[in-house]
Amino acid sequence: MMMDRYSLLQKIGIYLAVAIFLGFILLPFVEMFVVSLRPLEHLFSSPYRFWGENFSFDAYSRMWETVPLLGRYIWNSIFISGMVTGLTLIFVIPAAYAFARLEFPFKNGTLGIFLAVNMFTGAVLLIPLYRVLRTLGLLNTYWAMIVPGVAFLIPTGIWLLRSYLEKIPRELEEAAFVDGASRLYTLRRVVLPLAVPGLIVVSVAVFITAYAQQFLFAITFNQVRELQPLPAGLYEFIGYQDVTWNEMMAASLTGVLPVMLIFLFLQKYLVAGLTAGAVKE
Amino acid sequence: MRRALPEAWFAWLLVAPAVIFIGVIVAWPLAETVRLSFTDAKLNSESYVGFENYADLLSSSKTYETVIRTFYWMFLSVGLKLVLGLIGATLLNAAVPGRALFRVLVMPPWVIPIAIGCFGWLWLYNGHFGLISGMLQRFGILDGPFEFLAYKTSAFYSAIVTDVWIGTPMVTLFLLAAMQGVSRDLYEAAWVDGAGRWYRFRRITIPQIMPVLVSMALLSAIWTFNSFEIIWILTEGGPRGATTTLIVDTYKTAIGNYKFGEGAARAVIIVILLALFSLIYLFFLNKVNRKYGVK
Repeated sequence: MMMDRYSLLQKIGIYLAVAIFLGFILLPFVEMFVVSLRPLEHLFSSPYRFWGENFSFDAYSRMWETVPLLGRYIWNSIFISGMVTGLTLIFVIPAAYAFARLEFPFKNGTLGIFLAVNMFTGAVLLIPLYRVLRTLGLLNTYWAMIVPGVAFLIPTGIWLLRSYLEKIPRELEEAAFVDGASRLYTLRRVVLPLAVPGLIVVSVAVFITAYAQQFLFAITFNQVRELQPLPAGLYEFIGYQDVTWNEMMAASLTGVLPVMLIFLFLQKYLVAGLTAGAVKE
Repeated sequence: MRRALPEAWFAWLLVAPAVIFIGVIVAWPLAETVRLSFTDAKLNSESYVGFENYADLLSSSKTYETVIRTFYWMFLSVGLKLVLGLIGATLLNAAVPGRALFRVLVMPPWVIPIAIGCFGWLWLYNGHFGLISGMLQRFGILDGPFEFLAYKTSAFYSAIVTDVWIGTPMVTLFLLAAMQGVSRDLYEAAWVDGAGRWYRFRRITIPQIMPVLVSMALLSAIWTFNSFEIIWILTEGGPRGATTTLIVDTYKTAIGNYKFGEGAARAVIIVILLALFSLIYLFFLNKVNRKYGVK
């Protein structure tokens, strides 16, 4: 389109601005990676040098000794996020279907309450949650990190899945009804298979968010080292007087690898799904 | 059509598990927070004290400082996120080769755990060996090492920068999606009439994405108000309280010092302030929507 043409000068301007913008976004990652490659004595030398000689991947092998439970932390992160995702879906699928398709009393009020939950982060409710989990004997278990995570992700999940379900044509369900299928059968055999792309989007969004937000519940509700997710596990080493920064950065980058891979494979669908609600039909 | 179960009953059966779960893990603790705020609950004791916690809070000048600091934190950080997000979305929406790649590259701060991003920033802010202090010295802006997180003012603005860094990708993404949803016919009609880029941006893009922009602003404001991890990891609310927002203060009081009652009173104040803020905001949102003719 003629309208979309840019002059050479405009193009240079756009790329320059994009470079500055992405520079701000990506600089910390670049620096984390460079730090992970540099020997410690180079890091702790003044004056500052961005680049250095003797780059090596040593930190990536030594970090497993410095942080003996690193593998366990990464596994815990994946396990907790996986459990949160599974449980959230169990609650979200039926509720989202009801909100998308059925009429019932207090429908809008209930939906409004779900959205209001977004206003509280876990931090506001930590005190009673701490006491509830203590009473239930869940402190210092995986459940102490899974249960609150699920509660705060249900509203987002319902919101995302509902807007997806609303786009599926009703005709198929109505045809199944006419043929005498029960409501539950229709939901399981007709609606769910059609909703698979939407379910993937919700799962990935919930998984990534659960992976990103494990820190607070972990440091508050869990003291058992073997159960800590990656951010809480590493935090202990960051707090030390002598931080082996190259190994910490190596461990951080290694720990985010699983979620980055998931994101890279599914980013196209994820972006489309997450922003669907933002775009007018 | 055969009806085994009335629609309303079936619907409630489907919604009930989620409602009950949220009730136990969110609503009940919320009520419990309100109750605790009228007690002097500690680790193993608790007795009713009436409005004492609130009276203490309202009579302390520290409370007002913290509230003002929290709102300053929120407005500054959200403002920056929206401005940067708008700029970023406009850039990524430009029809130039490579924009699909740029779109992916914007998102890592949002995808990785918040805490991990903060570990990176901790190192960047390091005075003797960190990148920022090092670069500023090289360019002669700083005479010597500068510990960004050790002084009140610089610690506060450093935490803002990190918060903006984590929050900008999502704002960018949603605004970009809204921009791509704007009908091309509008632009073409304006273009045929000879409207320039800036005019099209101001008179078509901005009004069309306004609903998304304002709802993004509210969501972002609530999250930023409650932003805990970033401040906790970078400064733990210090130095000398310079980065202590309400949520950090609540955490320190309740979890750090086991003063559950006093912490609960702070949590209730957070909820009230956020509810007030949202109501005022929605009031203005209605006006904006009417102005731009959105339902």
